[in-house]
Amino acid sequence: MRFEVAPAPHARALVGVPLVMRRVLYALVPAALCYIWFFGYGLLINFAVATAAALLTEATVLRLRGRGTRHALRDGSAFVTAALLAFALPPLVPAWIPALGSVVAIMLAKQLYGGLGKNLFNPAMVGYVFLLVSFPVEMTQWIPPRMGDIDYQHLSAVANLNYAFTGRLPAALDIDTLTRATPLDLVKEGLRSARTFDELRAGSLFGDFGGRGWEWVANLIAVGGLYLLYTGTIRWQIPVALLAGLLVPATGFYLVDASRYAAPGFHLFSGASMLAAFFIATDPVSAAATNRGRLIYGAGIGLLTYMIRTWGGYPDGVAFAVLLMNGAVPLIDRYTRPRIFGQS
Amino acid sequence: MLSAVVILAGLALALTTLLIAAARLVPSGDDGAVEAVERVLPRIQCAQCGYPGCRAYAAALVHDGAEINRCPPGGAHTIAKLAELLGRDELALDASRGSASLQRVARIDEAECIGCNLCARACPVDAIVGIPQAMHAVIASHCTGCELCLAPCPVDCIRMVARRG
Amino acid sequence: MVDYVFERHLSGGIHIPANKDTSTAQPIRRGFIPAKLVLPLRQHRGSPAEAIVQVGDRVLRGELIARAGPPPSAAVHASTSGWVRAIEDRLVLAGDGVQPSQCIVIETDGRDEREPPPAPWPAERAAQLERIRSAGLVGLGGAVFPTAEKLATPVPCKTLIVNGAECEPYISCDDMLMRERAADVVAGALLLTDLLAAPLCIIAIERDKQRAEEAIEEAAKAVNDPRLKLAEVPTIYPAGGERQLVELLTGDEVPGGHYPSEIGYVCQNVGTAFALLKLVRDGEPLLSRIVTVTGAGIREPQNVEALLGTPIAELVELCGGYNEGVLRLIAGGSMMGCALPDDEVPIGKASNCIIAATEAEVRIDPTEWPCIRCGDCAVVCPPRLLPQELLVAAHTADFQALNLFGLQDCIECGCCDVACPSHISLTERFRQAKRSLAMHDRQLKLADESEQRFERRERRIEEQRGRSASLIDRLKGEATDPDAREAAIRAAVERATQRRDRSADPE
Repeated sequence: MRFEVAPAPHARALVGVPLVMRRVLYALVPAALCYIWFFGYGLLINFAVATAAALLTEATVLRLRGRGTRHALRDGSAFVTAALLAFALPPLVPAWIPALGSVVAIMLAKQLYGGLGKNLFNPAMVGYVFLLVSFPVEMTQWIPPRMGDIDYQHLSAVANLNYAFTGRLPAALDIDTLTRATPLDLVKEGLRSARTFDELRAGSLFGDFGGRGWEWVANLIAVGGLYLLYTGTIRWQIPVALLAGLLVPATGFYLVDASRYAAPGFHLFSGASMLAAFFIATDPVSAAATNRGRLIYGAGIGLLTYMIRTWGGYPDGVAFAVLLMNGAVPLIDRYTRPRIFGQS
Repeated sequence: MLSAVVILAGLALALTTLLIAAARLVPSGDDGAVEAVERVLPRIQCAQCGYPGCRAYAAALVHDGAEINRCPPGGAHTIAKLAELLGRDELALDASRGSASLQRVARIDEAECIGCNLCARACPVDAIVGIPQAMHAVIASHCTGCELCLAPCPVDCIRMVARRG
Repeated sequence: MVDYVFERHLSGGIHIPANKDTSTAQPIRRGFIPAKLVLPLRQHRGSPAEAIVQVGDRVLRGELIARAGPPPSAAVHASTSGWVRAIEDRLVLAGDGVQPSQCIVIETDGRDEREPPPAPWPAERAAQLERIRSAGLVGLGGAVFPTAEKLATPVPCKTLIVNGAECEPYISCDDMLMRERAADVVAGALLLTDLLAAPLCIIAIERDKQRAEEAIEEAAKAVNDPRLKLAEVPTIYPAGGERQLVELLTGDEVPGGHYPSEIGYVCQNVGTAFALLKLVRDGEPLLSRIVTVTGAGIREPQNVEALLGTPIAELVELCGGYNEGVLRLIAGGSMMGCALPDDEVPIGKASNCIIAATEAEVRIDPTEWPCIRCGDCAVVCPPRLLPQELLVAAHTADFQALNLFGLQDCIECGCCDVACPSHISLTERFRQAKRSLAMHDRQLKLADESEQRFERRERRIEEQRGRSASLIDRLKGEATDPDAREAAIRAAVERATQRRDRSADPE
């Protein structure tokens, strides 16, 4: 009897790229549900618009490059980029913001570098930073969480959609009454104007660690991150190093002067720290390639985030920290190669 | 605002002038360049490029702007490397230069050899053994396929055959 | 009480499904005599054996039918009685895949008549090694290195490692051998220890081979030899590789391109130990081996004690034949096994396993995604290479980078392929890159040597010209200056006179 031949190994691979991307999306679901509970349907709208824009951009650029689209669109990476962008954006933004961010992320940061696997910088962060720098007003339209004692204006799904696509709000509401500063904003402003951290902590927007509502989202993001660790989708080096890189200076400075610096717990559960630790910095393409390199990479992001938050110009420095460390990755990779078996 | 533009433009202009002057005035040690280019060539000294040896061709490439497509044994692979190294456009190999190739070796037809020794004198790497009046043979493992022995042979008893192993 | 050796760190490695349950459910099938035997003259590493029989000869079980060639080599024997029907080229499984080899084809007569037993086992080591060589003994772990040569290692052996790890999926022949013949395996291991004059012998068994481990432990306790120790190795592929075992059990790393015996460690498979025992105790050369016949494409998966030279087709028939949907026939395990073009290939000394695989068991989808640089391949790589960097270097034919990232140290184990989420055929790319690199290195070497020869020739011609020039100058000088000419003539006459005097002188 005759048989077909093929080279070894014959065993099947353990996972595939679409499964890896899907797992990342699954891990975001609990946090997404919590986010929608506290901050309304804006997240879903942003995700839908961002995904549509991402897929469209990817298809168009691939066509222009003369590559097939069917295979590439199904690998799920566009969905992940769109999801991370949606989490990073304020929930109440015009629809063209996530659309533009997606286009920049996919076209500039991913396809122009060669497509999946070849981008030097994290596409979602490139999109976010582009938006942040170009449209500072829209990008700081954060709303307070739905908590009983906070002056919260509930917007229905329809009203959200209306605002996103037409810019019109229901009668008697305008954007200034809806938006509020985020906890990070307040801490930064407050510490600058010589109020102590404890004073700020007593404010209504603050919970046990970080901002109320926000810290719950951060918790669930961490839970999703643990799921990714458990399934082997990400490795522990980046999350641990990033959180350590944030925690160590935060603790140090807080111990020295607890009134002028934010508590370490606040840093951990505010802003995008957890999202970065488990989802953003762990993007395999733009992160360091070796395990030792990953520790340095993660720690660098944590450290830079703390520095920008405390002394820099922006309330949250995660996106800039990630992009800066992305640039350092080739150097890190070069100097952290493991010793080959048998060589000295 | 105008002052800012003027200052920045002026700064750019000044720095550019400084850099150009430095490039012209500071002597560039280009000893390394010829060697780097020579490393890329096959170095079998067949002289089909028109220069007496690979070093000479490398020097001509670096200093005299010789064309990068003159090396038959190097082939397209070497042309690509030279293009990258020297910052020039790739060209198709100039086939008129010859057909020397590392994939072939010379073989003397022993029955026809008259022992004139002319081929041994022509071989640039001493790959042909033989004394005058006696039969000559090519050491295949030393032969680089440069074809320099073909022309001097008065009885045309040398052929190029595929290299084995 | 038998001592256990603690395991140390293993670099890389991957957990993959073992797929050994179906083939270990029943005992080893013994006593099968096929209709014909195809015995290749080259089924080991080294030079082929040389046939000493002719077509039409009758041969008995255990009879020498091919002498060992120049070392390293091994002899070939008739696995059962019959007639030599042909000596011809056929496709066989050699150490490096399917190759043509001259084979002695024997039609069996089913009587299994034996050769008379040979002289008793000699006492002198050199004679013992010669017996091992002429018994055709080679390593039965799959690398088929001639055992006599391995035992004759010039470096004194610190530790003999007897390999019962069997880490590759599907293969279970060593497991079953240890379960059913533990005492023989232990005795064989001690014989090897004696031959190597090694102070320590470690039998390494994979952690989840519980029954085999118990059997070996029992047998070891019964023998109570102080040199013998056991070791449990983790159930990770490829913990059973030679270098990986040395790393696990001793912490020493064997550099690429070198052998463990060079640093004092000799590794032998449990099957080899068993074969040595049969040779010493019963005088029987290597005539059979245990083969695992398995895969979803086999109706009755099991282990068979197969005579060497049994065509795979007959073995498959013995095991109930093929199932519907069998797609690929693999000789070896699912990670490093070789896909066979047909089932006429015979069982050889290297055949530890035959997998009749269905579509569900093999990777057939050629779709690859681009490398997402997840680094999973680097985590599982046993020699600690960076396959993602090697992939880029292989793609751009960057030979310097290939050497820098250690392509030559790649053991082609296949761990990276299985770990890669983008389903890139990394191992195949690296095999091709190794060939390109070898060709490039040869060309570079030729170019370097040619340059040296060219320069030597230039210098020689220069010198000759120089010598000629100074001689011409001197002669010219003498020709024009009468005094110089006089002086030269007188000097020449003087020299001639001295020479004549010296030869006339009886001293």
